[in-house]
Amino acid sequence: MLSIKNLHVSIEGKEIIKGLNLDVKPGEVHAIMGPNGSGKSTLAAVIAGREGIFDLTEGDIYYKGKNIAGMSIEERAREGIFLGFQYPVEIPGVSITNFMRTAINEIRQYKGLEQISAVNFLKNMEEAKKLVGIQSKLTNRSVNEGFSGGEKKKNEIFQMAMLKPDLAILDETDSGLDIDALKVVANGVNALKTKDNATIVITHYQRLLDYIIPDFVHVLYNGRIVKSGKKELALELESKGYDWLKDEA
Amino acid sequence: METQTQDKTLREKMIGIFETRQETIFRNDSPGLVERRKAAIESFKHQGFPTAKTENWRNTDINKTLLADYNYHLEPTFQKGQDLSKIFKCDIPHLETDMISQLNGWFVSENGGIKTDKQGVVVGSLAKAKLKYPELIDKHLSKIADDKKSGFVALNNAFAEDGVFIYVPDNVEVEVPLQMVNIINADEDIFIQNHNLVIIGKNSSLRLVQCDDSVDHQRSLTNTITEFYIGANAELDHYKLQNKNDNSTLINTMFFDLQRDARLSTNAVTLNGGMIRNENYVTLNGENCEAKVMGVYLVDKAQHVDNQVFIDHAFPNCVSNELFKGIVDDSAHAVFNGHILVRRDAQHTNAFQSNKNILLSDKATVNTKPFLEIYADDVKCSHGATIGQIDETAMFYLKSRGIGEHNARMLLMYAFAAEVIKHIKIEPLKIRIDDMVKKRLRGELSICEQCVLHCSSQEKEINFAIDMSKV
Repeated sequence: MLSIKNLHVSIEGKEIIKGLNLDVKPGEVHAIMGPNGSGKSTLAAVIAGREGIFDLTEGDIYYKGKNIAGMSIEERAREGIFLGFQYPVEIPGVSITNFMRTAINEIRQYKGLEQISAVNFLKNMEEAKKLVGIQSKLTNRSVNEGFSGGEKKKNEIFQMAMLKPDLAILDETDSGLDIDALKVVANGVNALKTKDNATIVITHYQRLLDYIIPDFVHVLYNGRIVKSGKKELALELESKGYDWLKDEA
Repeated sequence: METQTQDKTLREKMIGIFETRQETIFRNDSPGLVERRKAAIESFKHQGFPTAKTENWRNTDINKTLLADYNYHLEPTFQKGQDLSKIFKCDIPHLETDMISQLNGWFVSENGGIKTDKQGVVVGSLAKAKLKYPELIDKHLSKIADDKKSGFVALNNAFAEDGVFIYVPDNVEVEVPLQMVNIINADEDIFIQNHNLVIIGKNSSLRLVQCDDSVDHQRSLTNTITEFYIGANAELDHYKLQNKNDNSTLINTMFFDLQRDARLSTNAVTLNGGMIRNENYVTLNGENCEAKVMGVYLVDKAQHVDNQVFIDHAFPNCVSNELFKGIVDDSAHAVFNGHILVRRDAQHTNAFQSNKNILLSDKATVNTKPFLEIYADDVKCSHGATIGQIDETAMFYLKSRGIGEHNARMLLMYAFAAEVIKHIKIEPLKIRIDDMVKKRLRGELSICEQCVLHCSSQEKEINFAIDMSKV
C-alpha cells in the first residue's frame, strides 16, 4: 500500500525528517508515536502531498506501487489517500453537505464515474453520521464553523466514512478529546477497517491505542523511526516515556 | 425637459436650473422647505462637487463622471399611473414583500401615490407626503441630511422632489418586508436625484430591502439620499442590493438617527456597478443603541466601489459593529473609510470595525482607512483591515478531500463573502443573494438577470467574470 524509502524533508533549510523508512500493507493499522517536534505532522502532510514550505530533498514515497512524487494533493486524495487533520480548518458559509458532495463528485469524475445520485449520497451521509454519532442536520452547518474540538475530530472521521479511503492517516485525531469522544472516534475508525485498507494513526498518547489496536507501533524521534514493534511497545512508552529512546537514536 | 449646452459644467447648469425654475422646484413645498432648499443651494454653491482634494474623496475620482452631458428632469418623463407591475416582477421564490417602485428616481404610483394600511403605516411618494403630512415632513425632511457632508448632499437637499416616504407609527411591527426598487431605464444620459424618508416610531420594527438596478446600458448619475429616523426601542433591518451597469454612477448617502435602545442592521451587497459610493452616517443618539453596518462587494474590470461609514457614539453604553468584505479583480478599485467617533460622555462604548479584501490582480487597488477618534476613557474599540490572498492551509484542507484547484478556490472565495451574507435575516433573500454571489464568482451573473427583477426590456447579455485562476 505505502512504502517510504529513505525520506528526507526540510522546512526552510532545516531538516525535519532525516531518512525515514516505512512499509504499510493492506489490512494493517500502524501507530506512529513520538514527542512534539519529532516530525510526525510533517510526515503526514508530506504523504498527503503538501508542498510550499516542505522540501523533499531525498527519498521516495510509493503508493500502490507508484512513485507519487509528482502527484498533486487532490490527485493523491482521489487515489485514496485521506488525511485527518490535527487542526481541521473552518470554512464559513460552505455546508458540510455541499463540501462532501463536491469532493465525492470530483473523485468520481476522476475515476470516470457519473455524479453520485442524491438518494445514494443521502444514504451514505446518514450511515456516516450514525457511525460517529452526529445527530444535527449537516445541511445547515458550515464546515467546522463553531464546532467544539470534539466535533471537529468527529467530523474528520465522518468525512473519512464518506470518502472511504484506501489509506487513512490520522494526525493526532485523539488530542484534545474527552474519553467519550475518543471512543466514538476509535469506534468509527475500527468500523471502517477492511482487509483492503490501511490506517496510520499518529498520536502523542498511548490512550488512543486502547481503542484502536495497532498491528505495528513505530517511534519517531528526531526525524527517524528509532524503534518499531508490536502494540506492547506503546505500553512501554507509556510507562517509561520517550527519554530512554534518546540513546538509541 | 431641461437640455444643457456643452459649455456649462454640471455645477453651473444645476445652479442655473435652480434660479430659473424655482416655481416648479418649490411646487409642493411648505415655506419651511423652501427656506431649507435655499440654504442647501447656497451650501452647494460654496462647496461645489467634491474633488480629489476633498478629504474622504481622495480615492474616488468623480470628475470624469461629472463631465458627461446629462439631462436633468424636474418632472417625471413617463406617464403617471402606468402599470409597472407588467415591467417589473420580483422573482425571489418565497420572498413576500410589499414592493415600492421608483423609475428614474420618481415614485411610480397606481392609486394616488400614497396609502395607509390598517396599522397606520404610510407608504408612498415623498412629493405626495409633502402635501398630505406637512408636519411630519417639516420636522424630518433634510434635517439629519447635513449639507456640510458633501456637495452631493447639499445639491440633493436643494433639488430632490420625489422619492419614497415611509412612516411607521409607534408600537407597530411591520410583518411583511418593504422592498424599494429604483430602476434606471432611459434612452438618454440622465442625472437623477431622489430623496427617501423613513420614520419608524418607538417600539416599532421594519425590514426594508432597497434595490438599485439598471435595466439599460445608458450612462447615468444617481444622487440618492435616504434619511432614517429610528425611534426609541425601534428596530430597522435594512438591505441594499446594487447591481448596476458599468456606465452608471451611484452616490448613495444614508443618514441613520437612532434613539435610545434602538437597533439598526444595514447590509450593502454590491455585485456590479460602474462607480458606487455608499456613505453611511450613523448617529447613536441615546443610550443602549446597537448598530451593525455591513457590506460585501465583488468588483472587476474598471469598476469602483467606495464604502464610507461614520459612526457617532454620542451616548454611553452603545455597540457598533462594522464588517466589510470585498473581492477585487482586474483594474477595479475598492475604497473603505471607516470613522468611529466616541464622544467624551459615551462611556462603555463597544465599537468594532473590520475590512477584509482579496485582491486578484496586480492592477486591482484597495484603499482602506480605519479611523478611531476616541474621547471617552472607558471604551472597547478595535479595528482591522486586511488585503490578501486565499489561505493556503484552507486550500490544502479542501484539496486533501479530492477537491481540485478551481472548486477549492471557488468554495473559499464564497466562504470569504459568506461571513457577511450569513447576517441576512430574511431567509429567501439570503438564499437568493447567496446564489447571486456564487454566480458572480463563476462569472455567470449579468446585470439583466436582476436580483429581484425580470425586466421586459431588451436584454443584452453581459458577463462579468472574476478570473478564478488568479486567486
